[in-house]
Amino acid sequence: MPPATARRPGNGSGPARRRRRRQISFDKASFFAVALFLPLAVYVVFVISPFAQAVYFSMTDWSGFTADMAFVGLDNFARLLGDDKFLRAAMNSALLAVVVPTVTIVIAIAVATMVTVGGATTGGVRGVRGAGFYRVVSFFPYCVPAIVIGLVWAQVYDPSRGLLNGVLTGIGLDGMADFPWLGDTRTAMGASMFVIVWSFVGFYTVLFVAAIKGVPGEIYEAARLDGAGRFRTAVSITVPLIRDNVRTAWIYLGIAAIDSFVYMQAMNPGGGPGYSTFVISQDLYQTAFSKGQFGYATAMGVVLALVTLVFAGAVFLVDRITGGRDDVRGHA
Amino acid sequence: MSAVAEQTGNPARGDLGGPSAATPRRTPSGTVGDRTAVATSHVLLAFGAVLVVVPFVWVFLSSFKTTQEILASPFSLPADPSLDNYVNAWTDAGIGRYFLNTIVVVGCALFFVMLLGALTAYVLARFRFPGNTVIYNLMLAGLTFPVFLAIVPLFFVLRNAGLLNTLPGLIVTYVAFAFPFTVFFLYSFFRSLPHEVAEAAQVDGAGEWRTFFQIMLPMARPGMASVAIFNFLGLWNQFLLPVALNTETDNYVLTQGMAQFASQAGYAVDFGALYAGVVMTVIPVLVVYVFFQRRLQGSVAQGTFR
Repeated sequence: MPPATARRPGNGSGPARRRRRRQISFDKASFFAVALFLPLAVYVVFVISPFAQAVYFSMTDWSGFTADMAFVGLDNFARLLGDDKFLRAAMNSALLAVVVPTVTIVIAIAVATMVTVGGATTGGVRGVRGAGFYRVVSFFPYCVPAIVIGLVWAQVYDPSRGLLNGVLTGIGLDGMADFPWLGDTRTAMGASMFVIVWSFVGFYTVLFVAAIKGVPGEIYEAARLDGAGRFRTAVSITVPLIRDNVRTAWIYLGIAAIDSFVYMQAMNPGGGPGYSTFVISQDLYQTAFSKGQFGYATAMGVVLALVTLVFAGAVFLVDRITGGRDDVRGHA
Repeated sequence: MSAVAEQTGNPARGDLGGPSAATPRRTPSGTVGDRTAVATSHVLLAFGAVLVVVPFVWVFLSSFKTTQEILASPFSLPADPSLDNYVNAWTDAGIGRYFLNTIVVVGCALFFVMLLGALTAYVLARFRFPGNTVIYNLMLAGLTFPVFLAIVPLFFVLRNAGLLNTLPGLIVTYVAFAFPFTVFFLYSFFRSLPHEVAEAAQVDGAGEWRTFFQIMLPMARPGMASVAIFNFLGLWNQFLLPVALNTETDNYVLTQGMAQFASQAGYAVDFGALYAGVVMTVIPVLVVYVFFQRRLQGSVAQGTFR
């Protein structure tokens, strides 16, 4: 189709002047219609309009399948404050938002340091041998569907036929036979967090590896000459210099952790023992698609969005308070 | 991933001799501490690698075991390796059908989002017009807010359009939600291309369509490839959108088919088929990963994440 429209007679004469006058030819009109207006229309209808509608629905008692929909103002939000199940879910989501990014970032920075600047202190600054291999392996979970990751680990954690208890009893911990990692209130959340961290570490390692490679090698050589050890170098040189990347990672990880829907749905679809792994997204999903309380569920969605934005804002605030960009150059 | 030197921070400086050549020149005390640190690093990294690989290997091996063998011991190797589990998963558990659905949905969505995303990114990058910033902010909103906020209204948008529980409905939704990321990434890519080439083409009489498809799009090929890989993985792994918007069992995609195993909560689950299903779901992404991991990691490195 492109060549046919491109040769329209109206477009042939004086193209330079035509561009200036912006006379609308069929070629240009059709191009803009398909390149701009069509995709934007689809995007607005299927992405933007649902976001906008959500704000309104959250203030109704809509049950979805009838036309009746009473405007109830902020009643849904007041109800959420007294909804024990939701509050439990909100606490769990908040816990995930704090623990998962922290642990993931610490591990990812440690691994990134080892594979870039943690090698022998003789010769040039470099990582340990085989660094490429470790990086390729650790990045792989990023590509695997989260639902599959959750299912695989649910199998590993399985009390009787699972790999974990098999290994533990194998090394003599017979007390761990039949221990339900995902079915015990003491371990369910920790075990679930481990899986989420496991799936993210490789991706953020690659992100930090790239950031560290952007640091001039002279800085590391200078630190080494001054007698800084590996840990000191990581804390005082690497972290301040890749600060922006750490902040970005914190926000992305926090958003993913607040959601956590797929992982939790794969490992404990019902919310875990005593709702110990139940999260806001699962509550929203059940409230909407099992109970049909669409207005109430949308209010949960609004809270989820607000929590996400507050989280991102908090990360920026902490970053600003603890020094931000200027300080970094000072350290360097 | 051939040479270690490629991975390291600053290959240009003196590490060409390798560790064995360099070590003798150092003082003994430094070398001992050095060796300990390097050895510890290796142990930790190796442990991490094992932790990543072992669950997959275990599932892969288990997928050839009978249900009795699976229940008997997590370590036993399949006595008589057979593909029965794969056959059961493919036909009885419906993985075959879900596989085809996934290929159709992801294939179509990928084609359209790359085409439309590239067109829009090009227009935004090359032409100045009123509304440019509005569009930019709309894209930002789509990337910022959680999909969960939109999911209920989206359900009714699709229902009113008669697209709920249909594959075309799922395709359109995938395209719409992958669109802002695609445009953002390609926007910066098109900005970096020389505009003189496009202007020269137009002076020579090429229209907008032809300039885009014959001149600009081929130049943007590396960027297109990176975005396409990210979109492929993102769409192949998509879970929430199909689970909420595509509840007709016949139209399930793979991730939904796998979730069905989870929702059966231990009862009457054909574990062998579950393992086989996992393997069949992972193999396509493994292939993509093996072939494209350099480009993938390179794109992460170049700041896909601003």
